Amino acid sequence: MRLRHFALAAALGAAVASGPAQAATVLRAVMHSDVKIVDPIWTTAYISRNVGYMIYDTLFALDANNVVRPEMVDTVDISPDKLTYTLKLRDGLLWHDGLPVTSEDCIASIRRWSAKDTLGQKIFSTFVTDMSAPDANTIVIRLKEPTGLLLFALGKPSSNVPFMMPKRVADTDPNKQISDFTGSGPFVFKKDEWKPGDKTVFVKFDKYKPRPEPASGLAGGKVVNLDRVEWLAISDQQQALNALSAGEIDYIEQPPHDLLPLVKADPNLRIVTGARGQFTMRFNSTQPPFTNPKIKQAVWYALNQEDFLRASIGNAEYYRTCKSFYPCGTPLATEAGMDGLLIGNARKSQELLKEAGYDGTPVVLMASTDLPVLTNLSPVAKQALERGGFKVDMQSMDWQTLVARRAKKDPPSAGGWNLFNTAWVTADILNPAMIGFLNASCDKALPGWPCDPELERLREAFLRAPDLESQKAIAAAAQKRGIEYGTHVPLGEYDQPIAVRKNIQDVVTAPAPVFWNITKK
Amino acid sequence: MFGYILRRLLSTVPVMLIVAVFVFLMLRIGPGDPAAIIAGDNANADQVAMIRQQLGLDKPLLIQLFVWLRDILGGDFGESFFFRKKVADLIADRIEPTLALAICTTIIAVIVALPLGVIAAMKRGSVIDRLVMGFSVLGFSVPVFVIGYGLIYLFAIELPWLPVQGYQRIANGFQPFLRSIALPSLTLSIVYIALIARMTRTSVLEVLDEDYIRTAYSRGLTPLQTLMRHALPNAAVPIVTVIGLGVALLIGGVVVTESVFAIPGIGRLTVDAALARDYPTIQAVILLFSFVYVMINLVIDISYLLLDPRIRY
Repeated sequence: MRLRHFALAAALGAAVASGPAQAATVLRAVMHSDVKIVDPIWTTAYISRNVGYMIYDTLFALDANNVVRPEMVDTVDISPDKLTYTLKLRDGLLWHDGLPVTSEDCIASIRRWSAKDTLGQKIFSTFVTDMSAPDANTIVIRLKEPTGLLLFALGKPSSNVPFMMPKRVADTDPNKQISDFTGSGPFVFKKDEWKPGDKTVFVKFDKYKPRPEPASGLAGGKVVNLDRVEWLAISDQQQALNALSAGEIDYIEQPPHDLLPLVKADPNLRIVTGARGQFTMRFNSTQPPFTNPKIKQAVWYALNQEDFLRASIGNAEYYRTCKSFYPCGTPLATEAGMDGLLIGNARKSQELLKEAGYDGTPVVLMASTDLPVLTNLSPVAKQALERGGFKVDMQSMDWQTLVARRAKKDPPSAGGWNLFNTAWVTADILNPAMIGFLNASCDKALPGWPCDPELERLREAFLRAPDLESQKAIAAAAQKRGIEYGTHVPLGEYDQPIAVRKNIQDVVTAPAPVFWNITKK
Repeated sequence: MFGYILRRLLSTVPVMLIVAVFVFLMLRIGPGDPAAIIAGDNANADQVAMIRQQLGLDKPLLIQLFVWLRDILGGDFGESFFFRKKVADLIADRIEPTLALAICTTIIAVIVALPLGVIAAMKRGSVIDRLVMGFSVLGFSVPVFVIGYGLIYLFAIELPWLPVQGYQRIANGFQPFLRSIALPSLTLSIVYIALIARMTRTSVLEVLDEDYIRTAYSRGLTPLQTLMRHALPNAAVPIVTVIGLGVALLIGGVVVTESVFAIPGIGRLTVDAALARDYPTIQAVILLFSFVYVMINLVIDISYLLLDPRIRY
């Protein structure tokens, strides 16, 4: 008996002395949504874009200063007439199945992306004559006329991002979802462990060759310090915070702002900078009273950005007023045309309504109630508009109902609408060509359907602008015209911080959540 | 009895058909567009229209209904719009957590509620009786998610004994499974403990006033013997009815509990599918729930025959 105890003790001692095998570093995260669709070209959903950044790489990417940097590309050669771009891929790039990345793969990927993405369609249908692959590492893009936006488009940071895929995958009809998720990005998608509604799993791609530069925004070296990343589907944000606090998860992508004080109060947690957003009000330009520009102007005077931000975000640390269609702090940001607007001038609004002959017909404001960050926008809008002389019929609904209803062109009395509020990730609204709400191509525009040839002319001119200075001038003119016509109203900017446990370090600040560079100590 | 069971089983067919048509129409009439949701917020009208066509949502309503009914009669519940999986596979994946939650909740509820109800009845008017009834009112009144948060705070955060969220499959080990299912089951069982305890107390009280109970006492039986031999068997029919109805009502409870505890079961699937307007999944889940509901009622009715020989069908 004693002998048996001794043997057991010896065995235990040996086990302790040898130490545990080195454990894999696993980061568990709760993202803003569950992953249901992986194909980031087929859908514009942000969660699919985030998956894209895990498993795919891009030819170019925007750095922290919104400057386009090469990512998969090694060198770029632009001909003197700016009509031929020769891109050399970096050596040693591999797909997750071990095959080398080739220029043919990239051309097929650009084709699939540019068939779906609005900016891609514009650039590639208007300017590009052909793309060729003289060798496995070289992509040649020839243009009809110069554009300053080709490389920017190839480094577009948000939906749809031009992710590179193997040719066999990229040849899929862009209107059909892909089912082969082979990428060349820093993480490999574990299809066998993907359980929608439960978790999505990625593992480190050991053969990924990061760039030598430090990570900056979505550009730079994508060095992976984690063996495995699991995105858990926890829909209840309070529960996600409980799990973070208990150490069951390490990262919450979008904790609601009202829970941030709890994060700050917990000594094991901290807040890091995440994406930035812009609240926006959208007019339906096809339905009275907003067929009358003067009545739209009254809205510009009636609203006050500070009211929306205080009600929705609360803590001034996480919001700022920004009277620009383009994100403040980015190269094209401008206050052109904003004098006297968005400061809650109810009297001016009332005067304009009187001049315009507003007949008091209630404007239908669709109010989304299930997305916390949007919920308070509409009550604030209703109050401000009523102060400004409008009658407002605020109709509450869930976001998905709103998305379906906003596509209806019927009169408000027959199930249509006049106004709704939403938010854009600032990476989606960096210039007039990208801002979906500035698209004024009538029936082809986003819901709200503004129809203004002058604005379309300015957007086209922006594509042709050869340098930043001329881009700035056109962007300012487009903003002035957008205000005059009344496409949409920016309601201020907010930060969407990320909550992590204290042992999670080196989180990269970028417009989309990325998991390279992160260390777990 | 077999004739009765057969008749009941056959009667489920028209019931399920009515449910199927009703659910189909409600989803189509209700607001929301799965194609717009799938396409994402930045998609234009053409992209949405393309997806709608791919999903077959551009076809006339009657044709969509006919195709769906034809497919389910052939045992095919269709493919989820979002998950791109057969709905039947999706449900099969999710059934274990939900069944585990329902079974554990029912076991906890019955084990705790029956003795509480009996003791309250036996000690009618005492402090114990009032405490049990007080607890019962509380159990009914407090929403499941509030109980859930309270228990999580106590047992997962302040006393870190149990996990905050998640589910471990039985295949991963019985202990991890029990740890993961304990808090959700306890949370969900509170309302059923309240319901069953109250009904047990009422039923036992009614029986305790009967002549045959007095006769049993006069024959020298102890209170426990009287309870076990005469009171409980005669009080069983309403108690079993409440337990059965409780199991059926669990369907609503699991939706909230699975969402709060991030359990990937059918309740969560229902919520996700409803928010995403995933028509094939919602339709199949509601058909499944309806079938379960009908079957539970059948089992309750059959159990009456065993519990009370006076009942004949």
